[in-house]
Amino acid sequence: MMQEEFNEIFVKYHEIITLGVYGTSIALMLIGLYAVLMKKNLVKIVIGLSIFDAGIHLLFVGIGYIKGGTAPIFSPGYENAANRMVDPVPQALVLTAIVIGFAVTSVALSLIIRLYKHHNTAKIDQIKSLKW
Amino acid sequence: MKKVFIIILLALIGYFLVDTVYNIPFGENRIGSIESDHPTVAGYYLSNTVEKSRVANVITAIVVNYRGLDTLGEVTVLFLATTGIASILYRRKEEEEDVERLSLPSSMLIRTGARVLFPIIALLGIYVFIHGHLTPGGGFQGGTIVATGFLLMLISYKGFNTNHNIMTWIESIAGLSFILIGVWGLISDNTFLGNIPEIGKLNSLLSGGLIPIIYIAVGFKVAVELTGILDILLKIKPNK
Repeated sequence: MMQEEFNEIFVKYHEIITLGVYGTSIALMLIGLYAVLMKKNLVKIVIGLSIFDAGIHLLFVGIGYIKGGTAPIFSPGYENAANRMVDPVPQALVLTAIVIGFAVTSVALSLIIRLYKHHNTAKIDQIKSLKW
Repeated sequence: MKKVFIIILLALIGYFLVDTVYNIPFGENRIGSIESDHPTVAGYYLSNTVEKSRVANVITAIVVNYRGLDTLGEVTVLFLATTGIASILYRRKEEEEDVERLSLPSSMLIRTGARVLFPIIALLGIYVFIHGHLTPGGGFQGGTIVATGFLLMLISYKGFNTNHNIMTWIESIAGLSFILIGVWGLISDNTFLGNIPEIGKLNSLLSGGLIPIIYIAVGFKVAVELTGILDILLKIKPNK
């Protein structure tokens, strides 16, 4: 009963849901890219990279979704639900990507701290010694 | 001028992303029949995990068993990140002496709250990584939750110091046990990180053979590494 209701709603608002998931992920990617390209402050650039990351993760998990699917866990009561489980591969990939994203962010931030201590500024257009 | 160029570039990238992504219908079943003779990758994982690995959580089976070597690389990346941060922010011994943590003295409310919350957060994290093969979550998530508990303590107590010797030992033992379990699989199953799935029954804490043990090791390693990163980052001296 619940499943039928869900299917009805899913078919009826399919375009809005698609726009919601894909549109949000693409918008996040573009916002992240905008921050990376436009901002002068290094910390804001790293924040932009993190937002870009979030968009990619959302897109991956969104592509793996299946209409009315459950989590790919064979918990009690779901032993025979293998036919209506969502794709587990993108979820595992995103799990890896989040950890790598964390490592990249932390190393980037520590490099920014070093740069700030050396130049007393975190703005890339004021760090003159990078130019030659 | 530069702004206009960048907005045009972003519009182009956005257009092509939308054009590509909207060709993938949302919510469509792309796994196909999982009983067919030539299933897709996801279909193979979904149909074979329960019989071959005896793990309820398919994602855990993929992360720790099918792509176990990948996870070993991931843990190595995390370890390298910690080492990299420690060497980038390295201070000499004489500088070390007058290091004070950046945090302002916190109010009594935060200190009392942190003391009450810390064991609960640590318990939740340990629960998440011990039950990684039964419920959503696992070593990385649980380890991160434990590290947030340590973060709470680090920012609320100025005198709270993590013991570096114990942390190094936990990290080394956790990393080594991951590799040793992999070598054990090499001996018993002829594949690195090969599993011994006959132990326990499905959906009980003792199931999945070596998978929970690996995830517990990963959980300890991640918790200790993240705490180390937070400790290093919080000990930075402000510029005079």
